[in-house]
Amino acid sequence: MVTALIVIAVILGVFILAVIGIYNALVRLRNQVDNAWSQIDVQLKRRHDLIPNLIETAKGYMKHERETFEAITEARSKAMGASNVAESSKAEGMLGEALSKFMLVVENYPDLKANQNFLALQEELTSTENKISFARQSFNDQVLSFNNKIQMFPSNIIAGMFGFIKRDFFEIEVAAEREVPKVSFS
Amino acid sequence: MWELIRANKRNSIFLMAVMALVLLALGFVIGMVFIGPEGGLFGVMIATVIWLVLTLISFSSGDQILLAASKAQPVTHDVHPQLFNIVEEMKIAAGLPRMPKVYIINDPAPNAFATGRNPETASVAVTAGLLARLNRDELQGVVAHEISHILHRDILFVTLAGIMLGSIVLLSQVFLRGMFYGSMMGSRRRYSSGSGGGGGAQIIMLVIAIAAAILAPIFAYLLYFALSRRREYLADAGAARLTRYPEGLASALEKIAGDPSPQLATVNKVTAPMYIANPFKRKGQRKLSDLTSTHPPISERIKILRNMSQGASFKEYSKAYTAVTHASSVIPAGAVGLKEDVELRQADAQATKQERREKQIHQVGDIMRRVNQFVFLTCVCGLKLKVPPNFKGDKVKCPRCRKVLDLPRKSQ
Repeated sequence: MVTALIVIAVILGVFILAVIGIYNALVRLRNQVDNAWSQIDVQLKRRHDLIPNLIETAKGYMKHERETFEAITEARSKAMGASNVAESSKAEGMLGEALSKFMLVVENYPDLKANQNFLALQEELTSTENKISFARQSFNDQVLSFNNKIQMFPSNIIAGMFGFIKRDFFEIEVAAEREVPKVSFS
Repeated sequence: MWELIRANKRNSIFLMAVMALVLLALGFVIGMVFIGPEGGLFGVMIATVIWLVLTLISFSSGDQILLAASKAQPVTHDVHPQLFNIVEEMKIAAGLPRMPKVYIINDPAPNAFATGRNPETASVAVTAGLLARLNRDELQGVVAHEISHILHRDILFVTLAGIMLGSIVLLSQVFLRGMFYGSMMGSRRRYSSGSGGGGGAQIIMLVIAIAAAILAPIFAYLLYFALSRRREYLADAGAARLTRYPEGLASALEKIAGDPSPQLATVNKVTAPMYIANPFKRKGQRKLSDLTSTHPPISERIKILRNMSQGASFKEYSKAYTAVTHASSVIPAGAVGLKEDVELRQADAQATKQERREKQIHQVGDIMRRVNQFVFLTCVCGLKLKVPPNFKGDKVKCPRCRKVLDLPRKSQ
């Protein structure tokens, strides 16, 4: 009788420990997903902060590119004023597009490209664009492992009990931006 | 990515266990010889103490000594914004909890390494020669390789395995030297003190001990080097996955391999596995050095990376690895099985300005050749062969890697 009780107690103990372990793993993964999401926001904010400086430096050299500048400023203010995720991601997509157009136009201004100040800004902008896409990439990685954990046995039971919900992957809204990487396949 | 880290951890624990067994067995046998049949346990204790002391030394001093020994200078964003930005980009891509410290080594030989036992206290160091030669994409590939080492906990592994290896080597050296001097001084005492009549067993024990003392370090070395090479492949796979651009690392490795400058001034055998390319310049004798090298042949690493044409996932790397080496996968099965949608990305626009112009000329040329019914073939080494329509025969040799390729039937 006593041994049976001990066996039951041990089994129960192991079971509870396993539940605690899985629950903690789920919480950790969810926090990683949230952290990755906030990383994207940090980098987007950096991009917003860089733009006024960039335009100020480039303006003097690029007299005939008023439309390019306007597209950038407009997209920037839209992105900064966005109230929900869908709106913001659309505006950010437009901003990214406007900036990559700007970088192409810059090729036609050798004087500007010789400006040290501008070169430094250009490196920062390139890096920020990279950081944004790497942050998105990392977010999707984290979402993948979180979703896997939620769907797989036995963690799916505990996820269901405590209300862990699958997250959506980040997908690029603007069609033009989505097409960019495909050029390498041609 | 996490599946890979877990598999790595399992492999490391297994390797450590094997090495620990070798160390303890060696201690046991040596103890039996020196003290007699009861000395086995004492020998095991001695082996454990040696291991403990070495562990304490290397964990208390650790990476700071390595960085100081290689004369690495810490840098901030102002000193080299591009390098700093690239490290930060890779930190974000890898999801590291903290920004690694960035160091530059003032040495013309192009190389790089990472240290730090866990992702929280990691450092990345690159040489000035590397910064001078690589463009942005290539530098990104190299940094991604180093960050992958950090992410895969390879530094911890190398430290722990190095300690174990060091203990085995030390113990067997002490024993062999002790035997040598012992026999010179003709200490009969040891043999007579053993249990009477156990002379025959004692001599057999002695032979076993000598054989073990000679073979154990060799075995441990080969194990260590084989796993170190495997980790290089894994870090390459990780770099391709982080950057989504295997060509960056491939062309960086090509530049590093083809560099004529002398080998790094501050390097030793212990730190070698942490560098992106073997810091010791090879002199001939390729086959033997392949077994005892900490790094896989660089040409092979380039070929594998160039063979990843469909994507940048671990699965794709594994496929390319099999195509090039004809061996089964280097990537643990858990990571290969992942259904990942990992597309390749485009080269960085600024970094490849000159190259882009050349590429455009190439593309125009290719279009013209296609019009003229040239046959296009891609070799496993990544070289694109363009075979003219009047070429006779159905086999062609790749001019870069000398592999014979079958020519597809012309559709006419």
